[in-house]
Amino acid sequence: MDQIFVYIKKAIVDLVGTFLPESVEIMTSILISITVFCLLGPLLMMYMTWLERKVVGRIQNRLGPNRVGKFGLLQPIADGIKMLTKEDIVPKNADKIVHLLAPILIIAPALLLFAVIPFGKNMTAIDLNIGLIFFLAVSSITTIPIFMASWGSRNKYSLLGGMRSVAQMISYEIPMVLSVVPVILTVGSLSTVAIVDAQSAWGGFKWFLFTPWGLVSFVVFFLCSVAECNRSPFDLPEAESEIIAGFHTEYSGMKFALFYMAEFMNTFTLSALTVTLFLGGWQGPFLPSWIWFFLKTFVIIFIMVWFRGTLPRVRVDQLMGLAWKVLLPVTLVNVIISGFWYYYHNFWALGLGTILLFLTLIGFMKLNRNYMPEKRVYTYGN
Amino acid sequence: MPELELLAKIACYVLMGLTVLFAILVVTVRDLFHRALWLAGVLIAIAGIFIALGAEFLAASQILIYVGAIMTLVIFAIMLTGKISEKSIARTNIQWPIGLVTLTGLAFFMIRIITQTPWNFQSTSMEAHISVLALGEKLLGIYIFAFEIISVILLVALIGALVMAKKDNSSC
Repeated sequence: MDQIFVYIKKAIVDLVGTFLPESVEIMTSILISITVFCLLGPLLMMYMTWLERKVVGRIQNRLGPNRVGKFGLLQPIADGIKMLTKEDIVPKNADKIVHLLAPILIIAPALLLFAVIPFGKNMTAIDLNIGLIFFLAVSSITTIPIFMASWGSRNKYSLLGGMRSVAQMISYEIPMVLSVVPVILTVGSLSTVAIVDAQSAWGGFKWFLFTPWGLVSFVVFFLCSVAECNRSPFDLPEAESEIIAGFHTEYSGMKFALFYMAEFMNTFTLSALTVTLFLGGWQGPFLPSWIWFFLKTFVIIFIMVWFRGTLPRVRVDQLMGLAWKVLLPVTLVNVIISGFWYYYHNFWALGLGTILLFLTLIGFMKLNRNYMPEKRVYTYGN
Repeated sequence: MPELELLAKIACYVLMGLTVLFAILVVTVRDLFHRALWLAGVLIAIAGIFIALGAEFLAASQILIYVGAIMTLVIFAIMLTGKISEKSIARTNIQWPIGLVTLTGLAFFMIRIITQTPWNFQSTSMEAHISVLALGEKLLGIYIFAFEIISVILLVALIGALVMAKKDNSSC
């Protein structure tokens, strides 16, 4: 049961290999992986929207989708058909090519990210030597299609949303990358497979979450990933009460659906990476490895939805203040602590690390307090 | 497998061709925002060439730094400065003869260097395994001086940007 998908793929490749030359066999193997991801991404996205609507509905004391199919399970398919049949509106003054290309291009990095996620034992599409850096690099490309969408629409709200989105993504990328450094330091490898293997002791429960630096890194990484995929409470780029819908204001029909899809696929891949880095990846007893992986990932996604149902949206200065004044110093101190933890495995390291962490936290909370945004003076505006 | 090698070769040449094509578009297209997008295309294509040559870490850092950070800043600057993105903006100024002379000289030296280098690399040396560990040891070992100088320059640039962005009326 554990290796069922690996066996199925092997059987198909072997079948091809009996008739055709070896090069075709390799191409088939690559093609199977690509096809699986191209199907898995949209499928996951469809049922994540269902899950989100159900959970938020429960939090807000409603039923959520319940008309199409049992428990509204066919609702995502109905939505998909609706999106496909809607009119595609392009603004008159829009930069037509850029406007068209942005939703297409935003899907590419979202799908590429699936390649390095270890879905289960022997179930990583490519075990890249630099898997983690690949993930961070590819997810940083997402800013450019967002820019294209906001610029190409020729709409002030789009532009504002795009600028907010990019400012947020740049700011949160720095603590995100730094919060991964302790894991890299401890594992000594950038490969996602090696990171999962390093957490295999104690029957698959020696998670990095259970170390002090791991806990801090996990919290920082999780907050940054919520901000990276523009989800509530950091959904300023799409704040519907302020700027309509942000960078996808001028999109309708399937183009809008593509943006939505990219956002949900990013949510999934970032949750999957959180699981891989801090929650032991696919490891766990009794159940097949891929079931463990999806269980853990959907717990993280559930927490994100819970955030959305619970927390109000933060203000822009609070958002930037959190990234630069709290998360960044905490991650820097955390790197030092994990260094101590790695080289001096005793109570001194733990004590010193904790004291350092608390001092930083107190110091930066003090700095962050009583801050009011100053009134701006436009030197050339008046 | 000669078929796959052929495919890889074709892909590599296509990437190189795209790099040159995008680079030409960067300097010929009128709209400044489109130019920035073509520049992003050039940088991604170069990352593709790095991957084809087996330097994955270099490719990833190329995308992370150039496409993820620097291109974003460039586009951000274009968006914040309204007039510069108008189509009627001039593409040349008084300095173009100097630029032409410098470029010709540079191209001349580049071509000389390329033609005089003995390109007799064996295919085994091309597949040298560049691990991240070895790269880090080199950076903090033999190349520590260059590494530190670069970090000091970056720090100076950072402080300089802060000073320039500071309000005019405040003291110190």
